[in-house]
Amino acid sequence: MLRIDGLTASVAGRRILDGLDLEAGAGEIHAIMGPNGAGKSTLSHVLTGREGYEVTGRVTLDGADLLALAPEERAAAGVFLAFQYPVEIPGVGNMYFLRTAVNAVRRARGLDELDAMGFLAEAKAHMARLDIDPAFLSRSVNAGFSGGEKKRNEILQMSMLEPRLAILDETDSGLDIDALRVVADGIERMRGPERTMLVITHYPRLLELVRPDRVHVLQGGRIARSGDHRLAHELEAEGYKPAVASA
Amino acid sequence: MSDVIDGLVDREYAYGFHTDLDTDIAPKGLTEDVVRLISAKKQEPEWLLDWRLGAFRHFLTLDEPAWPNVTYPPIDYQDMHYWAAPKPKGPAPQSLDEVDPEVRAMFDKLGISLAEQERLSGVAVDAIVDSVSVATTFKERLAEAGVIFCSFSEAVREHPDLVRKYLGSVVGPRDNFFAALNSAVFSDGSFCFVPAGVTCPMELSTYFRMNAAETGQFERTLIVAEEGASVSYLEGCTAPMRDENQLHAAVVELVALDDAAIKYSTVQNWYPGDAEGKGGIYNFVTKRGRAGARAKISWTQVETGSAITWKYPSVILQGDGSVGEFYSVAVTANHQQADTGTKMIHIGRDTTSTIVSKGISAGRAQNTYRGLVKMLRSATGARNHTQCDSLLIGSECGAHTFPYVEVRNDTAEVEHEASTTRVNEDQLFYCRQRGLTEEDATSMIVNGFCREVFDELPMEFAVEAQALLRVSLEGSVG
Ligand SMILES: Nc1ncnc2c1ncn2[C@@H]1O[C@H](COP(=O)(O)OP(=O)(O)OP(=O)(O)O)[C@@H](O)[C@H]1O
Ligand SMILES: [Mg+2]
Repeated sequence: MLRIDGLTASVAGRRILDGLDLEAGAGEIHAIMGPNGAGKSTLSHVLTGREGYEVTGRVTLDGADLLALAPEERAAAGVFLAFQYPVEIPGVGNMYFLRTAVNAVRRARGLDELDAMGFLAEAKAHMARLDIDPAFLSRSVNAGFSGGEKKRNEILQMSMLEPRLAILDETDSGLDIDALRVVADGIERMRGPERTMLVITHYPRLLELVRPDRVHVLQGGRIARSGDHRLAHELEAEGYKPAVASA
Repeated sequence: MSDVIDGLVDREYAYGFHTDLDTDIAPKGLTEDVVRLISAKKQEPEWLLDWRLGAFRHFLTLDEPAWPNVTYPPIDYQDMHYWAAPKPKGPAPQSLDEVDPEVRAMFDKLGISLAEQERLSGVAVDAIVDSVSVATTFKERLAEAGVIFCSFSEAVREHPDLVRKYLGSVVGPRDNFFAALNSAVFSDGSFCFVPAGVTCPMELSTYFRMNAAETGQFERTLIVAEEGASVSYLEGCTAPMRDENQLHAAVVELVALDDAAIKYSTVQNWYPGDAEGKGGIYNFVTKRGRAGARAKISWTQVETGSAITWKYPSVILQGDGSVGEFYSVAVTANHQQADTGTKMIHIGRDTTSTIVSKGISAGRAQNTYRGLVKMLRSATGARNHTQCDSLLIGSECGAHTFPYVEVRNDTAEVEHEASTTRVNEDQLFYCRQRGLTEEDATSMIVNGFCREVFDELPMEFAVEAQALLRVSLEGSVG
């Protein structure tokens, strides 16, 4: 389970997160909503160890102190971030990248590395479910992918990496109707007793397809409001302002 | 990220051992007597001695070029040996079994088992230590196809007419300072001749090893592909770690007659010097090819070694419809300096050339691309595409691009693209989030940056090149 206590994060002297508390149990999906610029992506970066933030507070995953770990160590511990803006890496094959990532994490978990054949078979099965053309494996990582294709590629990576904590930063933004279903399906399939998921989104639509256990509003640098899935619809009707008022 | 990569690049050179071979060595110094001595040692015919002497006398009139964008203390040409050879322990080896076991052990250590090569890999190797070819593998099989592949000395003895016909026909003995020096004192090298219509049945490879101290290496490679012939040739190089700088001034000449194809690949990993910039090889090399009608000459190079690299593999596109290619990755770390690029001289009609240059700098290294694309008046319909990309790792290194273009024909087209990027923090974080260490991530990103060039390398070399790149940049981050 994920536990965040009194998390603060500042960048360039500006405090973005200001004493954020959050608890999310294994097997749960928590949605995080909040206005633009509230600090949702910042939270995802701080949880995954991106440099450039001044951070205080405490974050544990199943009791282990996450903040003390380098990004790759957190990945090895099972932390995964589906990026709001997936990064292009020209010249590096998608398949090679994915296999390297899967094997890095498998090594860290004491599992055998997958050989090229074993990996390919598994990747293809996942891709079929996510409706991704196998040709994408031989293209460079995200290079020239459309916005929606990049998001689906993130879900593919998540499926293959089988994280214990998955953070999805606006993975539903910019998706067409079918792609949204595919992505929701991919998330739903990952729901499981060993996994905690934080789904950052602006749209109740996704939360109808993937019913969250809790919905939180990040505002003013902390969780300003929490509720069950109905909160998303309330917000849609009322906007974020009342959330501030009640905070 | 800057605090992570600011630390001085610290890399280890895996090939830096030195083997105690019993060596026959000429006294230090560069004189006409030394030129005569070399020629006599090799029992050369009179015409070749005269050729050398002509080059030497011309050399004396030349000044060392000062235009490259590199700096180094003056070289004292009198303070080095111009001839060093592992002493034969008896008559020349007739087969690999007879090669001096110490020499064989040295190549084993380099990962080039001469015996293995013969048995398994299907790559014919000419192994050159200091000045002398010590072993050539696969000779018989090549001979069946009519291909001659042997040391330069042997070629002079066995195929004097061919050597005489083509030697200096592309890089003349008066071409430039270092080429003239090479022509005067070259010791050995490889010779390859593929007769008309023959596709060489295997990759050919020369492996250069500098072993002796305070010795210059001056080898000469001559490759001739007759009409419609084709050959792929690989060149690899290493040297021991020594505190003093060593000079390597080679000449490579390629002759591709009409409809011939020569692909020349280099993985250059001469000792680059230590992290403080002490020692390392000065690699001052002249490489040039001449392409007949519809012939194709392709240079692919991965340059990771040497303290200083100064080389411009070039193509003279003489025949109509001939094709020239240059694919280059030049990696400089620590205090390394590279001034490298190519010249494409378009003479024939409808000639095309492609230049893809990837320069990578880390530490305090300086990396310069210098290229010339020249379209002569006769080059109607000629085309060139040049792409020059530089990647910087850290804040103290530099990348420079000097593209020279001369077009004398209105129908000729020249395109140039250039970019300079830094290893991107977003990319690094993305990789690390997926479980890669910072070093693995950097190596992956850099390899991706070089992909277009690596794709041009023969399979075995592509793997080696990637591994080498990784070692070269070890310590550049983290
Ligand atoms: N490196 C930085 N320098 C200065 N300000 C920054 C930096 N990174 C983030 N910020 C600021 O921090 C705030 C939070 O940004 P963040 O990206 O976390 O918001 P978000 O909640 O994800 O917004 P959105 O819904 O638009 O994605 C913004 O005001 C942003 O401009
Ligand atoms: Mg965001």
